[in-house]
Amino acid sequence: MRYLLMICVDETVDNRPSDATAMSDDYAAFMAEMGPRGVLQGGERLHPTSDATCVRVRDGEVLTTDGPFAETKEQLGGYFLVDCADLDEAIEVASKIPGAKGGTIEVRPIWEMEM
Amino acid sequence: MDDVEAVLAAAFHDEWGRIVATLIRTTGDWDLAEECAQDAFARALERWPVDGVPRNPGAWLTTVARNRAVDRLRREAVGAAKGRAAVDAVEASMLPDDPDHDRDGGVTDDRLRLVFTCCHPALALDTRVALTLRTLTGLTTAEIARAFLVPEATMAQRLVRAKRKIRNAAIPYRVPPAHLLAERLPGVLTVVYLLFNEGYSASSGAELLRVDLAEQAIHLARTLAELMPDEPEALGLLALLLLQHARREARVDATGDLVTLEHQDRARWDRAQIDEGVSVLEAALRLRHPGPYQVQAAIAACHDTAPTADDTDWPQIAVLYGQLAVHSPSPVVELNRAAAVAMADGPAAGLVLVDALDERGELRGYHLLPAARADLLRRLDRTAEAADAYRAALALDPPDADARYLRRRLAEVTGP
Repeated sequence: MRYLLMICVDETVDNRPSDATAMSDDYAAFMAEMGPRGVLQGGERLHPTSDATCVRVRDGEVLTTDGPFAETKEQLGGYFLVDCADLDEAIEVASKIPGAKGGTIEVRPIWEMEM
Repeated sequence: MDDVEAVLAAAFHDEWGRIVATLIRTTGDWDLAEECAQDAFARALERWPVDGVPRNPGAWLTTVARNRAVDRLRREAVGAAKGRAAVDAVEASMLPDDPDHDRDGGVTDDRLRLVFTCCHPALALDTRVALTLRTLTGLTTAEIARAFLVPEATMAQRLVRAKRKIRNAAIPYRVPPAHLLAERLPGVLTVVYLLFNEGYSASSGAELLRVDLAEQAIHLARTLAELMPDEPEALGLLALLLLQHARREARVDATGDLVTLEHQDRARWDRAQIDEGVSVLEAALRLRHPGPYQVQAAIAACHDTAPTADDTDWPQIAVLYGQLAVHSPSPVVELNRAAAVAMADGPAAGLVLVDALDERGELRGYHLLPAARADLLRRLDRTAEAADAYRAALALDPPDADARYLRRRLAEVTGP
């Protein structure tokens, strides 16, 4: 059985520098334990919600807004990990996800880490 | 010395955005670009009074800014391959034969890349406005903060976040490709128009500063029109701003109250600006692709070219509002159309439209709807109904200047 483990943290408490590319010691320890067990299938750190963009399609029109997904009645229902040239391409791909009609796709850049 | 300062001010106006835009493209570093542009102007302020103004001030400033960027990148690079690539890019951009040409062989002005990036829909609207002002017009963070009545620290934070998002989320530094351009252009024009209107929503204390925002908006609109001469709405926006700004001296009285169009002293309108606005509008209309800015400019032109209020071509304005309602349908546009129809065909014709709008209920709570009804009823001598409508408008807590007008009219219709 595969599971998605969602890491929800208070961004205001996380005070690592925004240009950090190294993993913190506690995450490195977690990886060192779980890597050999073979349970990890993927995982990334995300840039904070201030770098997020929401994409919605309403009446065939793509609506793009700054900031994270904040609607409480809609919940995370799935995800795609994509590799795009830039945000414009990511928005275009997001707008073609069926869930963008009626729902919201939050586009969050991956924080590239040196492994 | 005064001459040097004037040349420097003019160079700042013309060159700041160009220098910053090119340095952002070549270095990819927004802060570095701004700092190096800043350094170049500081250096000019130091050198020009001593050495004299260079023959080509723009080229001098560009070279100094680029040299500064190369120096700083070299110092930071310390052998890193990525840093060296950036140094090479900046150095290449100093050569007359800049390799960054578009595929079709043309050269894109970097300011156009910059404005489309600053106005990217993934940035919040107030951020787009602030970032455009900072990078394209060179207003300082403190000046922008004052203009928008927020603390400087708040504005600085907003700008830092915006630049961080552009980098982290990889917002591309480019003019959108053809299939996105139609979708993105209105967003850019909106930012400029918002800026212009911000310049006019002056509270008395901040007034002087804010009129400057209107000037900055015109400067930006002029740049956009210059860079996109084939985009009729870019020309339409410039025409609209010129035609509205031409009336600036006449729109407020000595006590700071707004003066309605019909009562403005038309001798105080800026004729040269009206002529320019009309000719820009004509150029836009020749492209035969009308849009909301062109239609609004045409309405402004009808007002600006009428020798007296009585000469206003109201039938034409009513038709134009009808077109505007097709391009950007809104109940406020409908209300303006009703007012124009009332002027063209008489108050009874206008009242029919206003009552229809009232019944649709979309403008509930908007004081200008009962205010317009009241004026039409007053002109039809239905004074009791007019008085009720004035009271209804006053009950909606209108802004002070509007409330004073409404109370004066109410006194007229209820007076002895």
